Amino acid sequence: MMTMALEMKDITIDFPGVRALDQASFQMDAGDVHALIGANGAGKSTLMKVLSGAYTHYTGTILIDGKEVSIRSPKDAKDYGIQIVYQEVDTALIPYLTVGENIMLNHLVSDMGKKQWVNYQEIHHNASKVLEELQISVSSRQLVSSLTLAEKQMVLIARAISSKCRFLILDEPTAPLSKSETDQLFRIVRQLQADHVGIIFISHRLQELFEICDNITVMRNGRFISEESIKSVTVNDIVEKMLGKKMDEQFPRMEKTIGEPVFEVAYLKDTDKVNDVSFTVHSGEVIGLAGLVGAGKTEICKALFGAAEKVEGSIKLNGKIIRPKTPNHAVRQGLAFVPEERRKEGILVEEDVKTNITSANLNQFTRYFSFLNFSKEKKVAAQMVDQLDVKTPTIETKLQNLSGGNQQKVAIGKWLVTDADVYIFDEPTKGVDVGSKKDIFTLILELAKRGKAVIYASGELSEIIGITDRAYVIFDGQVVKEVKTKEVTEEDLLYYSTGGRDE
Amino acid sequence: MSSKSGDANLSSPKQGKSGFDFFQFLYKYGTIITIVLLIIIFSIANPSFLQMNNIINILRSISIVTIIAIGLTISLSVNGFDLSIGSVASLANAVVISMFVWHSQPTVIAIIVALVCALLVGLLNAFLIVKVRIPDMLLTLATMFVVQGVALTYTRSATISENMIMPDGSYAEGKIPDTFGMIGKVPLIIIIMFVIVILVHIFLTYTKHGRYMYVIGGNQEAARLSGIAVNKYKVLAYVLSALFAAIGGIVLASRVMTAEINAGSSYLMDAVAAAFIGLSVLGAGKPNAFGTFIGAVLIGILANGLVMMSVPYYAMDIVKGAVFASALALTYYKMK
Ligand SMILES: Nc1ncnc2c1ncn2[C@@H]1O[C@H](COP(=O)(O)OP(=O)(O)OP(=O)(O)O)[C@@H](O)[C@H]1O
Ligand SMILES: [Mg+2]
Repeated sequence: MMTMALEMKDITIDFPGVRALDQASFQMDAGDVHALIGANGAGKSTLMKVLSGAYTHYTGTILIDGKEVSIRSPKDAKDYGIQIVYQEVDTALIPYLTVGENIMLNHLVSDMGKKQWVNYQEIHHNASKVLEELQISVSSRQLVSSLTLAEKQMVLIARAISSKCRFLILDEPTAPLSKSETDQLFRIVRQLQADHVGIIFISHRLQELFEICDNITVMRNGRFISEESIKSVTVNDIVEKMLGKKMDEQFPRMEKTIGEPVFEVAYLKDTDKVNDVSFTVHSGEVIGLAGLVGAGKTEICKALFGAAEKVEGSIKLNGKIIRPKTPNHAVRQGLAFVPEERRKEGILVEEDVKTNITSANLNQFTRYFSFLNFSKEKKVAAQMVDQLDVKTPTIETKLQNLSGGNQQKVAIGKWLVTDADVYIFDEPTKGVDVGSKKDIFTLILELAKRGKAVIYASGELSEIIGITDRAYVIFDGQVVKEVKTKEVTEEDLLYYSTGGRDE
Repeated sequence: MSSKSGDANLSSPKQGKSGFDFFQFLYKYGTIITIVLLIIIFSIANPSFLQMNNIINILRSISIVTIIAIGLTISLSVNGFDLSIGSVASLANAVVISMFVWHSQPTVIAIIVALVCALLVGLLNAFLIVKVRIPDMLLTLATMFVVQGVALTYTRSATISENMIMPDGSYAEGKIPDTFGMIGKVPLIIIIMFVIVILVHIFLTYTKHGRYMYVIGGNQEAARLSGIAVNKYKVLAYVLSALFAAIGGIVLASRVMTAEINAGSSYLMDAVAAAFIGLSVLGAGKPNAFGTFIGAVLIGILANGLVMMSVPYYAMDIVKGAVFASALALTYYKMK
């Protein structure tokens, strides 16, 4: 029998109220790019945290090159060359230090020995070498706070390989990346693969697995389900295995009637990115703001919602001009906004699920004298958890104990319980599994069916095609094209969003 | 929902609880256990510790700290911090006594003037924190000095009391009314404390305003994008913080019937301690009025018991600090 470079066997771990991993197993070889797939809350991140030494209270065995090893701390894991880039890149970087210092952080911490003085020359020299190897074009002396998300991720990868690295875990690295940034990431992955680094790759974008991975392991409910060569499976096979049943159609169909214009935006401008954006949404209509990462969709959404400074242009709701100066003002006018960066802008990690779900709309949950109606709060929260299939032990569980995708669902659920006229969604499906995506689409379409106006901003062009009626393509802060989505393909949208023009 | 994963949900949450979690237990009940232990130790050492009048004594001794700490709790709930509360208490104390002694004003006017002064300080704090965006800790450190200086200047660095000698050599004529003196006596002083604790507890826990404050404290950006009027509530928090500090100062004035210089500043640190100990009470994990009260009780019992056990006053801070440190250890040494 051949020994695998890495084997995890019968890993079980419990948290209050949940068994996150239930005799899970995983194995891979050196130089393998291995996809780890599963629905939100399946236990992918937890399994990888076990491997990288973040938890001590698991049972099971881990073998490296056939020999049993004990990994109970991050240091143990690093000593075996296991490096991880977490789902939330910001938590692992120190923003006010330079790129070089961040890359060499591990050395600064553990390899200093008796040395007391920091040799910045050397740090930047070594960091630059790593950056060069990976062909990443950021300067070692730049501050991390000035980087884009993609660049931050690259810095983390650079940090990972600056020390001994036999296995590199990438937890949903592509979720926030644009296509070209993803391509660059893949180039780096291939380069590492050629150096015999084993790469574990977690993603909810199933299509891209076929581009980069060799093998795939599917998990469900904390358990191992299957391991196969990627060549022998299709997207549908994967979906079926991860959900435990077939999924017919990613995008639900719903009959709805499109009515009068509800929300009219003309010549919207902010001080930096948004430039003369105009569009209209009718009642019962879902419009898309399609554009790549960095096109300015988020900025447009924020400008509409009163969350940006110095906004010019006119915004009409039901024929009346509104000037949302603050989000508070916007909400009172009847707007709702699901922001993109959930951890920073959408959720309260230290509060429980029910508090989060009701936080945007407490007025619905009050009685006389602003006293809270706890039983109604519980009822609605439980309903939302059920509709969105949020995987949580109870509605009293703190959000920080939910998996990334389930946190995202709560951030969306919070706005779905509010009663607004116009709903703005900014990349709502980021990090959400295919099954739950469908739940979210259904809820969004139901809003439209009830006559609401919905704005759906996304870089996932297939989603724009799938659920919107019309779409405005955004490029560099401007609307470059308006299309009826029935009449175009994903390729057309991509063409316009990369700056292509009609002849 | 159509795509609800059939077996995917049914099989999962196994009650995988590995028995009793000691640290979680300590986290929740540690403060209360400490209090019970202290009570047992002190009452064994000195049986009169548990007598009714000593209990009343303890409650009276913590009432001012509690009231001031409640204000701090409110500023903590929006993830702010107010270091100026001790100075505001001094100022209120000086103003209220001076209204009687220097200006012969009736009780109601005297109290209102003191509260208005505090209100102004609260608004100033709020303006500089919310609009100018100075970090709260730094700013209230600055206003702590300013307000303390204002109080000192106002009293010309002298103790105000009935029949004091005025700068022009005459005696002050104003009297402090007996009704005002009632405030600082048992039972009113204890009743005021309980009323404030209960009202603020209800406000923070059961009303939407309190919930908004916790949401802001949890994640200000998320709160803003949820449409919560973040600035309004932060202003409210600092104003309430100053107001409760002033009420503490007024009660103090009534208790001692004079205005000594910087009389309120010694309450700052005890109030901070009470509020922070209160974080963990019953596992709340966030600033809360009931917890703050328990924190104050802990401090009060400790001070009272140590006196009874004849621990010299100069050694008392050692014990006090040590107990504070262990209470914090309980709060923060919980498993991830
Ligand atoms: N620290 C924790 N405390 C309590 N429960 C936890 C903790 N960490 C994870 N869990 C639970 O374990 C389960 C698995 O979570 P995990 O983060 O591994 O999911 P995931 O597969 O990475 O999902 P996603 O695709 O949403 O990121 C979830 O139900 C989650 O609620
Ligand atoms: Mg995860």
